[in-house]
Amino acid sequence: MIDAVGHPSSLLLLGGTSEIGLATAEKYLEGGPVRVVLAGRQSPRLADAAARLTRAGAAVETVDFDARDAAVHTEAVRKAFAGGDIDVAVVAFGLLGDQEKAWQDIDVAVELAEVNYVAAVSVGVALSAEFRRQGHGHLVALSSVAGERARRSNFVYGSTKAGLDAFYTGLTEALRAEGIRVTVVRPGFVHTKMTEGMSPAPLSTTPEAVADVIVSAVSSGKEQVWAPAPLRAVMSVLRHIPRPIFRRLPV
Amino acid sequence: MSRSQKTLAGWARTAPSRATVVSGDEVASTEALATAIAGAGDRGVVARGLGRSYGDTAQNAGGLVLDMTARDRVHAVDAETALVDLDAGVSLDRLMRVALPFGLWVPVLPGTRQVTIGGAIANDIHGKNHHSAGSFGDHVVSMDLLLASGEVRRLEPDGPEAELFWATVGGVGLTGVILRATIRMTKTETAYFVADTERTADLDETIERFSDGSDEAYDYSSAWFDSISTGSKLGRAALGRGSLARLDELPAKLRQDPLKFDAPTLANLPDVFPNGLANKLTFTAIGELYYRKTKNKRGQIQNLTAFYHPLDLFGDWNRAYGSKGFLQYQFIVPLDAEAEFRAIIRDIAESGHVSFLNVFKKFGEGNRAPLSFPMPGWNICVDFPIVDGLGAFCRSLDERVLAMGGRLYTAKDSRTDPDTFAAMYPRLDEWRKVRDAADPGGVFASDMSRRLRLTP
Repeated sequence: MIDAVGHPSSLLLLGGTSEIGLATAEKYLEGGPVRVVLAGRQSPRLADAAARLTRAGAAVETVDFDARDAAVHTEAVRKAFAGGDIDVAVVAFGLLGDQEKAWQDIDVAVELAEVNYVAAVSVGVALSAEFRRQGHGHLVALSSVAGERARRSNFVYGSTKAGLDAFYTGLTEALRAEGIRVTVVRPGFVHTKMTEGMSPAPLSTTPEAVADVIVSAVSSGKEQVWAPAPLRAVMSVLRHIPRPIFRRLPV
Repeated sequence: MSRSQKTLAGWARTAPSRATVVSGDEVASTEALATAIAGAGDRGVVARGLGRSYGDTAQNAGGLVLDMTARDRVHAVDAETALVDLDAGVSLDRLMRVALPFGLWVPVLPGTRQVTIGGAIANDIHGKNHHSAGSFGDHVVSMDLLLASGEVRRLEPDGPEAELFWATVGGVGLTGVILRATIRMTKTETAYFVADTERTADLDETIERFSDGSDEAYDYSSAWFDSISTGSKLGRAALGRGSLARLDELPAKLRQDPLKFDAPTLANLPDVFPNGLANKLTFTAIGELYYRKTKNKRGQIQNLTAFYHPLDLFGDWNRAYGSKGFLQYQFIVPLDAEAEFRAIIRDIAESGHVSFLNVFKKFGEGNRAPLSFPMPGWNICVDFPIVDGLGAFCRSLDERVLAMGGRLYTAKDSRTDPDTFAAMYPRLDEWRKVRDAADPGGVFASDMSRRLRLTP
C-alpha cells in the first residue's frame, strides 16, 4: 500500500533500465525503504540498474521481460507480483527509433508499434488484472507530448504514444471504480541515452525532473500530467494551430 | 446479500483500499462467519469495528473485511461482580449507556466512545487513567476468539491459553476474530468527575506537573499542549485532572440523578472543508482560545463531555482536515529520556508542521501483551495535516523515538516501515510465534500486516 504520506513499499519498473524509471525509484528511496522489481531483458545494463538501486538502499528483484514478446507478458507480470503486493507500477519501456527509416521501412515501423503500443497495451491488461486482485495499486504510463500532435519529424513514434496515451486514459476510467489509479505522464524532450546527440526541443527536461513529476502525481492522485508542467499550456496551444503554420514551427 | 465491495480507510482518511465487506447475518452467525473465513482466499480476512483507528489496521485490500457491528448483543450485566458479558461489536458508547444505571463505569475510555469492544482489545486502547488503571486488556476477564480453523476458544489472561490471550490483546485482529468478551467494569456512584484544571506557562512547568507526584492524586489526568508556539510559550499546556465523583461530592441538583448519561453531539461536520484550512493561522488562533479558556480551578464537577470528550461535541470532526486527510503521530518514550524528549517537542514546534489536537500524558506500567503500546513514559500525540515533506519529518521522528527506546502506537500509525516497527517492539517475534501457531495459513491479514510484515 502507498502509505499516508504517499510513500510506496514496492515499485515495479517495466523497462527495468529506463532512466526515468530508475530516477523515480531513487526519488522514492529518499523517502524510505522500497522493494523494487525491475522487469527487463537479462543484460549487463539490467544488472547495472539493479546494482545502482541496491546502492541507493532498495531491495531489488529482477524479472525477465521482453517487450517484443507479447506471449510472455502475462507470465512476467505475474512473476513480478509473486514476491508480494506491488504498490506502484511504471510502464517505462519504449523505443524512439529512426524516424526516417521508421516511416519507410516496414520492420522498423512495426517494431516501434509493437514495443511502444502493443506491448504497452498487453502489460496494461495484465497489470490491471493483478491490481484488481490485490485491491489497490497505482499504474503510471509514460506517454509523450509527441503523441498529442503528430509532427513530421517523429510521427511514427508519436503515433505509438498517441495509442498508448488513449489506452491508459481509458483504463484510468475503467479502474477508477475499483480504487485503482492510473497516471498518464506526458514528458517533453528528456535528456537520456535514447535522445543522446539529438538537439533538444524547447522546455527540455531530465529524468530526475520527470521522476519528481511522477512521484508528486502519484501522491496527489493526478491522472494526467506533463513534464515539465508548462508543457500542458504549450501543447494546448500547439494542438490548435492550423497546419500551414504548425509545419513551419521549429518544434 | 450481505457482501459488498467497499473502499475503506482509517479515521485519518489516508491510504484507502477496496475490499469485500461481509456484514449482517453472515457475521452475526458464528457458523456463517467461520465459513466466510474458511473461504477468504489468498488475500485473507480481518475484522473491523467502527473504523476509529487512524491508519490501515482494519482494512484489507482485495480481501475480506468483517463488519463486526452486526454482533451487538449485551448478554449480561452484573452489578455485584461488576462483570459485563457482551459481543465484540458493541460500542463503548452503548456499553456505557447500558451499564451506568447499574453503577458501572467503562474501565478504560479512549478519546472517543465510538469504538467496539473488539477494537478496544485488538488495539489494547488506553485513556486518561492509564497511570491508575492500565489499558483495556487489563480489564478483560475472558474472551471468545474465532480461529482460522473455525474453532472458538475461550481465552483468559491467566488461563491455559494465556499466551494467545495476550497475543490477541494489541494483536490488531491478526490472531483471529474476537466474538465476545467479559469485561470487569469499575464501580461508580456517579457519572461525573471532580476535576482540577490549570494552565502551565511552558514545557518545564508542564513536565514538572507530571513529575512532582501530584498526578498520583488523580485517577484521570492528561494535558492539551501547545505545539505551535516556540520560544517561551513552547510546550505550555492546559491540564485536566480528576477522578470519578462520589455521590456526596455532587451538588444537590445532580444528586437526584447521579448516573445520568449526558453527552450531547452539537453538530455533525459536513464534508465540505477544503484542504489547507487546517493551517498555522487557524490552529494558532484556536489553540490560543483553548488555552485561555482553561482557568486554574479546583474541585469542579464536570460531565463526561466537558472533562473527557470535548471532541464528541462535533461528529465527523476528521472532515475538518479536507480530503487529503491527516496523520496522527503518537509515541511514547521512557521517562529517563526527558532531555531528548524536550528537544523533540521543540523540533515539532519549529518544524512548520502544525498540529492542534496535542495530547500529553505520563503513562504507568504496561501489561504482558507483546504488542501493547503503553509503558511507563511520556506519551505524546500530535496530528499533522498531510503536506509535502511530512513523510521525511516523521521518519526523522521515528529514528529519535527509537533511539530513546520508545515506540509508535498501531492504532495511530499509518506510515512507518517494517524494520522500524520491529525495532520498536522487541517482543514482535514472540508475538509472531503465538500468532502463527493460531493461524498457520496466514488467513488473517490486513493492509497494516502487509505494510509492517507482521504476518507470513
